Amino acid sequence: MDVLGILSSTASFILDPTTMAYALAGLGLAIHFGFAGLLNMGMAGFMAIGAYGYAIGILTFGLPWYLAAFVGIIGSVIFALILGIPTLRLRGDYLAIVTIAAAEIIRLFLLTSAFIDVTGSADGLSGFNGPGGTVTNPIPGAGGFNNSNPIPDGEYGFEPFLDDERTWYLRIVGGIILAVSVFAVYRLVNSPWGRVIKGIREDEEAVRSLGKNVFAYKMQALVIGGVFGALGGLMLALSTNVNSGVYVTSLTFFLWTALLLGGAATVFGPLVGSVIFWVLQAFLGLLFPALSKAGLLPFDSIQAAQVRFILIGVALVLLVVFRPQGIFGNKKELTFVK
Amino acid sequence: MDFVATTRRTMGRLFAAVGAVVLAFGVLGLADPAHADIVNPEMPFKVSGNVQNNGEPVAGVTITVTGAGGFTATVPTGDDGKFVVGVPEKEADYTVTLDESTLPDGIAVVDNPETEFVESNVQTATVGPGGRVAMNFFIGQGERHVVAWFDQVVQRLISGVNFGLMLALASVGLSLIYGTTGISNFAHAEMVTFGAVATFGLVGLFGDAALPLAIGVALLLSAGLGWALDAGLWRPLRKRNTGLVQLMIVSIGLSLAVRYLYQFFIGGGTEQLPGADSPKIQLFGEVSLSIVDMVSMGLSIVLIIIFAWWLTYTKVGKATRAISDNPSLASASGIDVDGVIRIVWIVGSLLAGFSGILWAYFRPGIRWDMGGQILLLIFAATTLGGLGTAYGALIGSLVVGILVEGSSLFIPSDLKYVGALVVLIGILLFRPQGILGRKERVG
Repeated sequence: MDVLGILSSTASFILDPTTMAYALAGLGLAIHFGFAGLLNMGMAGFMAIGAYGYAIGILTFGLPWYLAAFVGIIGSVIFALILGIPTLRLRGDYLAIVTIAAAEIIRLFLLTSAFIDVTGSADGLSGFNGPGGTVTNPIPGAGGFNNSNPIPDGEYGFEPFLDDERTWYLRIVGGIILAVSVFAVYRLVNSPWGRVIKGIREDEEAVRSLGKNVFAYKMQALVIGGVFGALGGLMLALSTNVNSGVYVTSLTFFLWTALLLGGAATVFGPLVGSVIFWVLQAFLGLLFPALSKAGLLPFDSIQAAQVRFILIGVALVLLVVFRPQGIFGNKKELTFVK
Repeated sequence: MDFVATTRRTMGRLFAAVGAVVLAFGVLGLADPAHADIVNPEMPFKVSGNVQNNGEPVAGVTITVTGAGGFTATVPTGDDGKFVVGVPEKEADYTVTLDESTLPDGIAVVDNPETEFVESNVQTATVGPGGRVAMNFFIGQGERHVVAWFDQVVQRLISGVNFGLMLALASVGLSLIYGTTGISNFAHAEMVTFGAVATFGLVGLFGDAALPLAIGVALLLSAGLGWALDAGLWRPLRKRNTGLVQLMIVSIGLSLAVRYLYQFFIGGGTEQLPGADSPKIQLFGEVSLSIVDMVSMGLSIVLIIIFAWWLTYTKVGKATRAISDNPSLASASGIDVDGVIRIVWIVGSLLAGFSGILWAYFRPGIRWDMGGQILLLIFAATTLGGLGTAYGALIGSLVVGILVEGSSLFIPSDLKYVGALVVLIGILLFRPQGILGRKERVG
């Protein structure tokens, strides 16, 4: 068994674009659930809009990559507004069901063959990070994220972070987006606005009696959190192809696991939670098949790779029952534990 | 209108029209090209396909493949109706033309009944990065095969009622559990899957002939699962006074764990129960039902009537409704709340398990995530009827079932679930308490 290889592959997930995408979307969920108390179970929908908005902006509208990124972000704002108007007046568990349904509607529309020319249907979209368009029909000036890379070709860094210039460019761009986001959320939740939304989480009626427009504050929280979700989707789209099969309900549940792991009502919780979530995921995903191949587990290596998903579910149950505030959280900050 | 004309023309030919049969055997054709005629076998990439009339291979049909750079190849189909043409480039488009004059008299290339697209004798095949593509032609009686509108509506309606009854079995349980415990149970989907997976496992154990026995034992196991979940998980959490949001997230975690546990045991593929391919019996016109459909509808109705009787007239049923209305008052009047909730879990799990068996026949097939595919429809049905009201869930399920099946008359069938989800959001907007719910439930 290649222990060093497993550890090295695992460590590389600390700086993986997927981890950063989870951290960004988790930050959005922290605003929704941790700070404003909104049970958003449709984060996968926001991420899908961020990713597809970017890809469609390049492939269909011929935008350069930095403008296409805004298509996804604007899309997520519109989605949040459409979603929020009917649902923010509803009680928590209703909101959960509606947001999960809305995310599924988004996914089904991306999957249907009715819009195959724009969404690519079940195949998804690809080739948008290079110059935009297809080989036979290039769109001048579109896309070009890969071409905007100022780092000269070559391998950089040290094991386990020894990678080519594109991977490093992705890490740097992702790291900058993430750092700015964490800083912005930190300032936001410690501002008067942040105190109001935390007040709404604790006692909506009390905040309303102070003359605050609770609906407007909830809507702002939904929109801002949704933008971070779209940024998470964008991060995924920058690193790889987009496919509607990624933005399923399970993605939302995994995000919740990562969020609750770090601590829902914290700024750094989603970041740390995502890193731990993905490092454990990668580690177990490599360890179990390796143990199975070495004959130490009584099942085959395909089954062994599934075990980690079972463990995610078990971890979520144990976490929410025994440590709902997460690693960093303060139990006083959790009104969902009544 | 065009549509009316089509209908009138086909009404007369209803029985004469022989449906074009799609057999996507292109892949098989690649695997077993022994009988197929091959031209350019030396070229690295392949365009292959199948010409069939109602499942019968059509031999000696001339196929011409043309591509960029003046590439042209002509091949007759073999005795098995197959053809294979070697082509020089991959990731390129080729035009595949079927010479209709070489077809036997009276038949022509017709619509592929599986897709919405009009097929013609000239098709474009894209050889992908894999270097191979299969292009099949569907031959029929030289007449488009269109089912009369009225027959389609009736067929969809019956299908919708069947689907709705199946949903109802799952959603009354979900609704009762919500009513008595307040849990939005996302793991209900896995209780649905459990019935199907258990039946599949037991059929493997007892043999195909013992299907009724397997279903019976699977239902007992489903009931046992409900008991075990309550005893092992939900009751201890009730004792801890765990919050409702926490309980909901616990059910999500449970759902993930159990779902992947199924995948661990049965793998990622689709398995079939015996009888899933039972033949359809034509009732009238183009309306047909299989025996499994009829049995499944009959059993659902019987089970729902028994359940409604139980809920309305028995002591436990009355106690259940009392707890749904007001748990503290029920408890104060001497009702054993914990005991009733235990029974609700058992009954809910049993009904969900049965609905899973029916879903395995309706889909058809057993998959590890089959319950998850209809979870939101179950929630939509429950919410539509009024969360916590069992009879409302029944009505809501029928509405959702008919809506889902009926909507595919108007919208692409891969969007048919969207209608139900939009209704779910709409009902929460205008009547959040649902059809039978009371207004005070919603905060």
